[in-house]
Parts: sequence; structure tokens; C-alpha cells
Amino acid sequence: MDIHEYQAKELLADFGVSIPAGGVAYSPEQAAYRTKEIGGEKWVVKAQIHSGARGKAGGIRICSSDREVWEAADDLLGKRLVTHQTGPQGKVVQRLYIEAATSIERELYLGFVLDRKSERIMVVASSAGGMEIEEIARQKSESILRASVEPAVGMQAFQARELAFGLNLDRALISQAVTTFLGCYRAFRDLDATMVEVNPLVVTEDGRLLALDAKLTFDDNALFRRPNISELRDKSQEDLREMMAADRGLSYVGLTGKIGCIINGAGLAMATMDMIKHAGGEPANFLDIGGGASPERVAKAFRLVLSDENVEAMLVNIFAGINRCDWVAEGVVQAVQDIDFKIPLVVRLAGTNVEAGRRILKESGLPIITADTLAEAADRAVAAWKETRGK
Amino acid sequence: MSILLDQTTKVIIQGFTGQIGTFHATEMMEYGTNIVGGVTPGKGGTTHLGKPVFNTVKEAVKETGATASIIFVPAPFAGDSIMEAADSGIRLCVAITDGIPAHDMIRVKRYMRRYRKEQRMCLIGPNCAGVISPGKAMMGIMPGHIYMPGPVGIVGRSGTLGYEAASQMKGLGIGVSTSVGIGGDPINGSSFRDILELFEEDDGTKGVMMIGEIGGPQEADAAEFVRDHMSKPVVAYVAGLTAPKGRRMGHAGAIISAFGESAAEKVEILKEAGVTVAPSPAELGATVAKVLAKVS
Repeated sequence: MDIHEYQAKELLADFGVSIPAGGVAYSPEQAAYRTKEIGGEKWVVKAQIHSGARGKAGGIRICSSDREVWEAADDLLGKRLVTHQTGPQGKVVQRLYIEAATSIERELYLGFVLDRKSERIMVVASSAGGMEIEEIARQKSESILRASVEPAVGMQAFQARELAFGLNLDRALISQAVTTFLGCYRAFRDLDATMVEVNPLVVTEDGRLLALDAKLTFDDNALFRRPNISELRDKSQEDLREMMAADRGLSYVGLTGKIGCIINGAGLAMATMDMIKHAGGEPANFLDIGGGASPERVAKAFRLVLSDENVEAMLVNIFAGINRCDWVAEGVVQAVQDIDFKIPLVVRLAGTNVEAGRRILKESGLPIITADTLAEAADRAVAAWKETRGK
Repeated sequence: MSILLDQTTKVIIQGFTGQIGTFHATEMMEYGTNIVGGVTPGKGGTTHLGKPVFNTVKEAVKETGATASIIFVPAPFAGDSIMEAADSGIRLCVAITDGIPAHDMIRVKRYMRRYRKEQRMCLIGPNCAGVISPGKAMMGIMPGHIYMPGPVGIVGRSGTLGYEAASQMKGLGIGVSTSVGIGGDPINGSSFRDILELFEEDDGTKGVMMIGEIGGPQEADAAEFVRDHMSKPVVAYVAGLTAPKGRRMGHAGAIISAFGESAAEKVEILKEAGVTVAPSPAELGATVAKVLAKVS
């Protein structure tokens, strides 16, 4: 789960990380009023969307009066910002963060990730802040410092000191840097994060170390024990269909192709998508309906996939283990009868109760194209899709 | 022969009396697995499905001599259950549970390192379909009837894609020595490499089918092992050629977040290490058949 920048900063501040003075705003009036609370002469109006690279998309504005802040806020609220992380549909700005402008001397990068190779939390720091980490790794890989955290004892002060000295920070800033690094680590550990990124972490001209931007990502599997984190969820930033799917216990990822997919199991789903591509088509989505798929669940999956207007053919591929093919077949028949189904449908069933499942499909009298193997299923789905295009 | 598990392995079930534990315990017993009891804290002293129930894993091990355990405990408590098994002398633990927090798995893996390698429990999963040695025993949730006994080891992250491979092979008359699902989580017990090591040592295994997917470094590690240490042929497939970067494809671990984690990159790495890569998921069985024909 992702959260907004201002939420990430507030959480990190609770763990001793210094942040610039600022406040959230939902209207131009609130934005202008924030300038009085914050004080100073320059402010930054920052669009709050779940994406990086907001500056390039025009989502960060520097202002010198409350009037300018009001106008920037008025312009940004309700606007759809498109970055390389949001996809072409972009994300709508509904919240702003108004912050005191900072005079920057140096920009640093600080990140905490779950390293799958060492199975530990890895701290990554670089003196080349402000760029994305992939870019730093490509262009300035020699600037990257790493520290691996021993899980039994956690991050130690000496590791934070080593990083601080490694970044060539001024002696006067070392203890603040140690507080910042250890604070981020504790936030990562105590909040079940999977990523904490402070980019840039800046040294100001008046000698302070501030988190100028912050991103926190949380482990969805741990939200059961983090109700305070769940509260920070902003559904307006999520893809509508993916959210609907998640609420129904389905796992869905929208893509740009034309062939809709309903499959059980994440690996088989990915393989079926690969197979569609192999056969000359493009998948419209990833969808795993999981184990124990009841007829109702199959029907819900159909509605979900068909809500994507790009879908011009549909492929159902079920290898039943705990699932039973006859249940899935009933679900398919029910869905096709209930929904006004106009596109070609290919169904491949295998595994437990496959004969009964195939019989149900056949006896339904519906125009369902069946297939026995994965290759047949993909070939027939792509062929049926091409045929409808020809019409 | 087979790896990890056969009909003599004494198995207990953690989360025995729950609905899911009960269902799969029945299936496993019908398949021939030697289930000797189960653990549900608070229900010790009762019997379930004709087998004794214990409050703790230590008691169960002491009374039954069990060496293996399969876990159906809900995700919030499953990490604790794995550590309990590790501390009770269990040698093989299969964790079926999906949705265990990643931080819990870091702790579990660190805890397991308390034990010297020869005393350390072998953990399979979590978020996996389990282990089956066809015709002998299964510890998992797979449909046993699709597997035929034979000379090929299967190791994969995904359950249903593993079924697909086994059934394609069965269709061509090729059987399986043992099939191991290592699970789809970012931090898991045994890796591809760990299982390849076991297959390399197993007399009953002539070749291995390895089914990877996008995300993480384990396929690349396995490739290195095949290149440097394996005498038996390995056929691989990596799912997710069409998966976009940065999107989680169902499994918690199936996400391309770094260089070398995409399907195309993994295929390259595996090919360079001398692994035969199946051209499509419809040719898993056919590719295994071709490679086996060459060695025999």
C-alpha cells in the first residue's frame, strides 16, 4: 500500500526525522491560510498524488505570496497529472501539501528496502540525491553506499555513522544524520514497510538536514496489525478495477491488450498471458481468481474483465486442484447467461472433475469455444479475436 | 527414489482441526501420506480424523516420532508456527499459508540460522502448493492424480503452473520423482538452488524441470548452480514475459523491481548457464521429453 508524501513525512517526523514546516490543504483558501501558519516568504505547493516525478508533470510550484499560493492551489486541485509512474491515464490531485521553501546546499539519496537476496533490510545512500535510484545506479554507481541490517539486533548506530561519514557530511551534521537514519529504520521496522525512501534528503544553507520528499510503501500482508496505516489509504489514487477486484478477493492488473483473461493461480495466469502473446495476441489483463472459486466468484470475475471496454475476446483457463471444473463451468454458464455476452469466449478446463465440467459447458448450448490444452486455448482465443476484428 | 518425502515420512499437521487443515489432511491420508497426528493449541488430548491432537509441536514429535510438518495456520500466526516447528526437531516443514508478512519471514529465516546446517529444518514455502513424491506421499494441496511416478524432478514457484507441467509430462508418458512448490513470496524457505542440489544428489532423478517467474534473484542463483555443479539436465520456463515493470502479478514476490528480474533477462541468464529453456508454456512437457531423449 502506498501513501501520500505528507503522510509519509508526518510518520517519519514521529520517528525523529526532521522535515520542513508544512500543512495539508484541500482548497485554495486552506492553502493560502497555511502560508500564515508556516510563516516565511516563500512556499512550495506540492500536488499529493501516489507518484514520483511530480515536478516534471507541473505538480510542484514555488510561490512568493499567499495570492500565488491560492492561484497555484486553484490550478492544481482537480487536475489530472501524468507522470511515467502513473500511466497515460494519470492521477487526479485532490490534496495539496504547502511547505516552507528550503534553500538547498546539497541533495542526498536515502533508501531502505527489503533485499531479497540477503533476506534482510538494506540501507542505500548516495551523495547524488534528487535523481531516481535506478538513474543513480546507472550514472553514478560509485556514489552508492550500502549497509545490511542484521535482523536479530536491528540497525546499529555505527552503521548510521559509517553512512554519514561516507556521504562526507559536515561534522556538525553527523549526529542529526544518525538520528535520521535510525529513525527511518525504526519506521520501516515498526510500521511493516517494504520501502522507505527519502529523496532528496537535503543539507540546507543554514546547516540543517531535512527530508524534502519521502515515500513509504507498506506490506499489504501486514495491514491486519497496522490499523493506523490502513487509515491512510487514499482510494482515489487506486485503479478502480484493481480496487474492485481486491475487495472481492481477486487479483487483477489491467493491461493494454484486447484479450481478457480469467485464470486460477498467478503463475498459470502469467503463463497464459505469455501464450496469448506467443499466439499473436495481447492480453488485456492479469486475473487470478484463486483457489476455491465458486460459481459466484467466476461470475464476478467475468463482470470485472468485461468492464474494460478494450476487451474483444475472452479466455478462461482453469487448472483445478482444490477448485473443481464442474463448479467453474457452472459459474461460466451462469455468467454468460446473466451478462449480455457479445464477444467470443474460449474456455479451457483441466484437473479435478474435468469431464463433468466439459459436459456442463456442452449441454448449456451456449456458443462457448472449448479447448483441451493451453496451446489450443491461446490459439483459439487469438483466432476468434482476429475473426471478430475482420467483421 | 525421491527427495524430501516418501511413504515412510511421519507427518504432523499444524492447524489440524480447522476447516482447511481437515480437508487437506483427509486428501493427504487418502493419497497415502503417513499422517501421525496434528497440533492445535488448546485441543491437545483429543483425536481428529482418528489421529491424536497435541497442544505443542514438541509434544507431537515426542509422542509420534514425526519428522515432518505441514502448516495450515492463518497468516498472522504462521511465522510463529514455523519457528515452533524449527525448534521442535522437525526436519521438513511445508508452509502452505498465503499472506505471511515479509517482516515475519525475515525473522523466521534469521531464527532458522540458530541451528547448525545439519540440524537445520528444511522449509518449503510459504504460499506454495507443497511437495509430492508421486505414488508415495504428498504434503500439499495439489491434485495427486495428475502426477505419475518417474524420473523428472519439478521445482517451481507457482502451484497451478506446476500442475500444467506435470500433466503435460504425463500426457507424454513422463513421470515425476518429486515435485516441489517453493512458493510465490519474496522471502521464502528453500530456494530453487536448494532444491536443485537435492535433485542432483537423488539417484531417482534424471533431469529437472524448473518453473520460475518474474521478480527476485533466485533464478539467476539457480543458473549459476546449474553451470558450476549440476551434471543432470535442467529444463526451465520463466513466466511473465508480458508482465509490465513495477506491477505485482498476483504473487507477493512476482514484481520486476530491479535489473535482471524480468522474464526475458532471466531466460538469457539461464540459457547462458546451459539450461534448456522451453519456448512456450505449452511446450514444457515436449521440451523435457527432448532433453531426456538426449541423455538416455
